[in-house]
Amino acid sequence: MPATEISNDRTEWSKVLTPQRGWLEIRWKELWDYRDLIGLLVRRDFIATYKQTVLGPIWFLLQPIFTTIIFTIVFGRIAKISTDAIPAPLFYLGGLVMWQYFADCLNKTSNTFANNAALFGKVYFPRLVVPVSVVITNLLTFTIQFTLFLGFLCFFMAKGAPVAPNFRIIVLPVLIVLMAALGLGAGCLVSALTTRYRDLSVAVSFGVQLWMYGSAVVYPLSNIAHEWRWLFVLNPMVPIIEAFRFAFLGAGVVEVWQLGIGAAMCFAILFAGIVTFNHVEKTFADTV
Amino acid sequence: MSVVIRAENISKRYRLGVINRRMLYQDLQSGWARLRGKEDPNRPVSHNGARVEGDDTFWALRDVNFDITSGEVIGIIGRNGAGKSTLLKVLSEITAPTSGAVKLKGRVASLLEVGTGFHPELTGRENVFLNGTILGMTKAEVRSRFDEIVAFSEIEKFIDTPVKRYSSGMYVRLAFAVAAHLRPEILIVDEVLAVGDAAFQKRCMGKMEQVADNEGRTVIFVSHNMQAVSTLTHRCLLMNDGRVTFDGPTDQAIGQYLREGAVEEHVYVSPPDGEEPRIVRAEVVTSEPAYIQSTGKTMEVRFKVHVPRAMRDAAISFQVMNAYEQPVMHLWVFDSGLPLCQETGTVELVCKVPKLRLYMGKYTLTLHFVAGSRRLQMVERVCAFEVVLYGQSREIDWQPGACAYLEEATWSAAERTTSC
Repeated sequence: MPATEISNDRTEWSKVLTPQRGWLEIRWKELWDYRDLIGLLVRRDFIATYKQTVLGPIWFLLQPIFTTIIFTIVFGRIAKISTDAIPAPLFYLGGLVMWQYFADCLNKTSNTFANNAALFGKVYFPRLVVPVSVVITNLLTFTIQFTLFLGFLCFFMAKGAPVAPNFRIIVLPVLIVLMAALGLGAGCLVSALTTRYRDLSVAVSFGVQLWMYGSAVVYPLSNIAHEWRWLFVLNPMVPIIEAFRFAFLGAGVVEVWQLGIGAAMCFAILFAGIVTFNHVEKTFADTV
Repeated sequence: MSVVIRAENISKRYRLGVINRRMLYQDLQSGWARLRGKEDPNRPVSHNGARVEGDDTFWALRDVNFDITSGEVIGIIGRNGAGKSTLLKVLSEITAPTSGAVKLKGRVASLLEVGTGFHPELTGRENVFLNGTILGMTKAEVRSRFDEIVAFSEIEKFIDTPVKRYSSGMYVRLAFAVAAHLRPEILIVDEVLAVGDAAFQKRCMGKMEQVADNEGRTVIFVSHNMQAVSTLTHRCLLMNDGRVTFDGPTDQAIGQYLREGAVEEHVYVSPPDGEEPRIVRAEVVTSEPAYIQSTGKTMEVRFKVHVPRAMRDAAISFQVMNAYEQPVMHLWVFDSGLPLCQETGTVELVCKVPKLRLYMGKYTLTLHFVAGSRRLQMVERVCAFEVVLYGQSREIDWQPGACAYLEEATWSAAERTTSC
């Protein structure tokens, strides 16, 4: 049947599976087609966390409260690090709530391949669905912790503390998007690399901790000498946290161009992360 | 009929054992050495110092080519390790081929496991949605088939109970039900139908046939169960050592598969392992000479086990497989019942079947030797023997394959009525 042979060759294939995928060949449409799965994974993770922990969502409140108490004692009372004249608990809690969201995104997405090996070995769906759902799930935790922060803020304002939330709080959604991008990007990058280098996964949680100390969580940027500030601005988390404090507490050293550089870096890392992740996902199943 | 799957020279290579041990440190070390023009300290080197290549790789698929047209139900058969699972993984996009290409037309859903992604804390309803979307449906599609899925699974009452409270049967039924209501253009099904109770299996098979016949969808079905393959499919790919050795009508494919497997090894002999206990010899002692056994007479299976290291939780068992490689009998012995490996040395075991009731046919043994949950040894298709019905005449000749075994029974007329 030569006629059918010819027509077969002209067939429009909906998918061609080849050994290598181009570095920039990212199937955005497919990711969009699986948006329902993202939603259901978010729901699953939320229900699972809620049901499996004894204290439920209370846990999300205890963690920042205790860390704030410890920071207030260690960095505020003992080390006597300046908090820009802001009440110490408010200063630390603000930084922590923001930092926690980023750190959770990074920590949880960096285990994507290791944690989902069984699932990924049995069925295909765009693997990016998983880290994206993690970033969204973490928003729920963030909301709980942010509400706690607002409670603290009201309490301290009622007591007449020198804090001044201002119109700049409208920048919050932008800051969240930047942190999500940075956490997702760095997490994707790490998870792609850990499929090749197992020893890297050990370094991640340790690295995230170190990163916090370089991110103006326990000290204000104003504490850093002028000639070194440019170095801190290279860390996108510094302008994000400073901007948050500036908007909600009225004290912080941040300029629009710094936030601009931070944003550019966040999206550069997000892009690098997604590209690397996309490249690895094709052969990941062979390495576990 | 148009081609919906085209495999063009697909090959798949796996590297054995090297990937997981890779360290970032070593790669940096290698890169640094190359930069300085020195020899890579991590390069594999053989005994005589020459560079080694390729001895740690394994080709799971080699130059596989085939076309599948829409509406076809095609079987993939072959021994363990022949490349069936790898082929499925490549077709389902779980892993990429090393070379070649797979071209697909339409949506593919692969069912390599039942209940992929089920979460124990979620209710049946929530898991149906989660599992359905993992398998490629949208939420709206699941919703539109939800009632059908629940009806098929027959667990309406428990649909809002977390699945961790389900019995394993209920769990499997619900998972099957979701899978059975997928509407992809191409459905890839692995051995999954081998679980679940018989009645439910039958319904699933029926559903699969319906999907192919009435809805013109393409089904790729992998199984060891020749019975299922021959009822469901008309065309089969027979795989051996990573290649497609036969592509054609199912009955011919099965015939060749069974012929290839007909290794007439009557006595199993294996060299002892220096460290681990091992079955070094196994043999069937039949009632007649030349490994022929009469139904109703005594048969023995003798094992010789080499024990270089004493252990307590050993167990030995064997399955008797018929010519279609279906297990028809399973006998076992545990260390707690009969000391097997409690002392070092060599143990001889005899399993005596006083009256073998197997029906006429050719059989082989599959041997299992385990310690707790750890598998020490598994040997397939050894100790071939034939069961005959000599001396058991009846008025109509015995037909091959009429049954699996004969039972002793007596017939009597319970009541006789003379008038009609």
